[in-house]
Amino acid sequence: MIRENVLNKLLSEYRSRENLILLLQRIQETFGYISDENVDWFAEKLDIPASKFFGVITFYPKFRMKPQGKNTLTVCCGAACHIKGSDKIMDKAREILALSGDEDTAKDMSFTLQKATCIGACSIAPVVILNKQVHSDMDAVKVSKLIKGYEREDFLGYL
Amino acid sequence: MSNETITIKVCLGTSGNASGGEEVMRQFKRHFLEQEIEARMERRCSYSKVGCRGFCSKDVLVDVIVDNERTTYQNVTPIMVERIVKDHIIGNTPVAEWTVKDDYAAFHEKQYKVVLGPCGDIDPESIDDYIKMNGYRAARKALTNMIPGEVIEAVMLSGLRGRGGSGFSTGEKWGICRNELRTPRYIVCNVGEVNRPLAEGNPHAIIEGLLIGGYAISAAKGYIYIRERYHLSVERLWTAIEQAREKGFFGKNIFGSGFDFDIEFSFGTEAFICGEETALMESIEGKRAMPRVRPPFPAQRGLWGQPTVVNNAETLSNIPLIIGKGAAWYSSIGTDESKGTKVFTLSGKVRNNGLVEIPMGMPLREIVFGIGGGIGGDKALKAVQVGGPSGGLVPATMIDMGLDYESLRKVGSIVGSGGMVVFDEDDCIVSVVKFYMEFLQRESCGKCTPCRLGTKRMLELLTKITEGRGEDNDIKILDRLSSVMASTSLCGLGRTAPNPFITSYNHFRDEYLAHIREKKCPAGVCTALISFEVISDKCKACGLCRRACPAEAIAGAPKQVHVIDRKKCIKCGACYKACKFKAIKKG
Repeated sequence: MIRENVLNKLLSEYRSRENLILLLQRIQETFGYISDENVDWFAEKLDIPASKFFGVITFYPKFRMKPQGKNTLTVCCGAACHIKGSDKIMDKAREILALSGDEDTAKDMSFTLQKATCIGACSIAPVVILNKQVHSDMDAVKVSKLIKGYEREDFLGYL
Repeated sequence: MSNETITIKVCLGTSGNASGGEEVMRQFKRHFLEQEIEARMERRCSYSKVGCRGFCSKDVLVDVIVDNERTTYQNVTPIMVERIVKDHIIGNTPVAEWTVKDDYAAFHEKQYKVVLGPCGDIDPESIDDYIKMNGYRAARKALTNMIPGEVIEAVMLSGLRGRGGSGFSTGEKWGICRNELRTPRYIVCNVGEVNRPLAEGNPHAIIEGLLIGGYAISAAKGYIYIRERYHLSVERLWTAIEQAREKGFFGKNIFGSGFDFDIEFSFGTEAFICGEETALMESIEGKRAMPRVRPPFPAQRGLWGQPTVVNNAETLSNIPLIIGKGAAWYSSIGTDESKGTKVFTLSGKVRNNGLVEIPMGMPLREIVFGIGGGIGGDKALKAVQVGGPSGGLVPATMIDMGLDYESLRKVGSIVGSGGMVVFDEDDCIVSVVKFYMEFLQRESCGKCTPCRLGTKRMLELLTKITEGRGEDNDIKILDRLSSVMASTSLCGLGRTAPNPFITSYNHFRDEYLAHIREKKCPAGVCTALISFEVISDKCKACGLCRRACPAEAIAGAPKQVHVIDRKKCIKCGACYKACKFKAIKKG
């Protein structure tokens, strides 16, 4: 039971700090998202109601309850990025990844698309973050190059 | 070999990284190696990565220092490196067309860099660089020569006020916390989005401030609360703490003073409400970040019910300077009520976007037109939003006001975290306010009714107005909601949430009325209220607009004036942008 081992390790980590957010962050790091099964498992072991877990999970936009794509593309939609057209970047990215409704992950699991409030890089707005790399001065054309380039060769030179 | 060295300093903050700074650095190293620069020039070469120096639109910025002479290059890309090495280093002739221009000097000249001073000069990943510029000397002085009461008094005398939110006196806050006799006590440093360049450019200043603050209130432990997403800031702070710990600046019996102190990271997740100190503490405790009712204040009952001080990273970065150079020196900067400097992120429609540090009280005009270089594209300034989403809009007519806590409060704005977004004539004020309200509504934690429902209702009404369904009565309702929210919300976020509306309605009433009564958007932004039309005597029938239109709403043939079908038009503005003859009218 590999999953059981991993969960037990997280459980012992939790016991040293007793911090629910830390535990949830670790679960998400490990599995990419927080599944109902994992919540139930911890709720039972720790004798904390599952509702308390869900309360914290749904409060913070960062926590996911659905699987995450291989790459994460974050579009900053703070004020500075907004007036420089971040909504058009968002629309383009959604179009390329064929996302509809409240979907945030492409069907082939290649990308998850997220929205950030402000990442504090206002002077190089609008920005998008691909995995950990921040890309400055973006627009719809550049973002589509970014996504397609990444899909094609998993590598991208600086634009 | 000569004593003089050749030093290359590459800006590697968030923006420098985003613009390809790492690769530029690699290229410099490669070319130096290939050209055998060290042997050929008989000079030792050193490379350092430096933090953000503020002028991010010119990134990657590179300093080339040969025999103490510094040349700064702007917008450096990896392919430019070879020529810089050949012409400048070997040929001794700097590549003039790539060096920084007058705007770089103008951008920096008017600033007063106290906190940001070392950013962009020292290597943020080297504690020795920091120690060389007197780093940790203030901490040593405080811990070995001063009793905690004296430290608090010095900070109080300096007049330093919190840089994150309401501007409460830092010394007073420490004093209140120290007077609570219960132990353990805690000190928390909040690293917000505006503090990122600080954490990336000079992380040791923050943790030295935290150490001094910890000593002043005799804290058992310090916490750095930072969003997980700020990878580079986290890494640099982490490195800084490890290095400081190795030197014995953290841990047991620091500087032989008998004081034990260490720092722990607390990784927050992105939520605007976490900037509110009681919500931040809930988050550190692993709960939903909802503000607590006060009193009791955090200094009395904070983290886990213990006396706690929460300071912003910029506030703490000032502390080593105050202790090191003295309270009198510090209080000589700024105005009567607001001492010291403040860092602002200048963004939006100004020519020079970037991070700026100014003495408190500097007129807004000097920031926008002096440091910022004015509005791009010869447009007219319309307003400046100061203090982030819950700040207020300062109209162009009031641009001569000074920036300090009191003046900003008078015009219905706040210093806040130091966000500054400049809007020009092309921006629609109603739509800007709606944007801020969208943000505030989404980020409202939902604990108290005035904020939870107030932001929702205000957003609905503002949306209605931008979509051309506004009525006169909407303004009255917005007004009432604003005053209820401002006076009855639980925390500062709810109380300041109506600021953008209140200030903008005071100064841009005409624009609201145009939307409501004439169903027109004067700036031509709100899509429901604008239409596009071909001006027939200007149209050259070139077909550019027809091809640009994604909705195939433009009909026309060669030598025939084009026509836009309003039923098909999606108002995207593609034709307006495509037309080279200004033959398309928006309005």
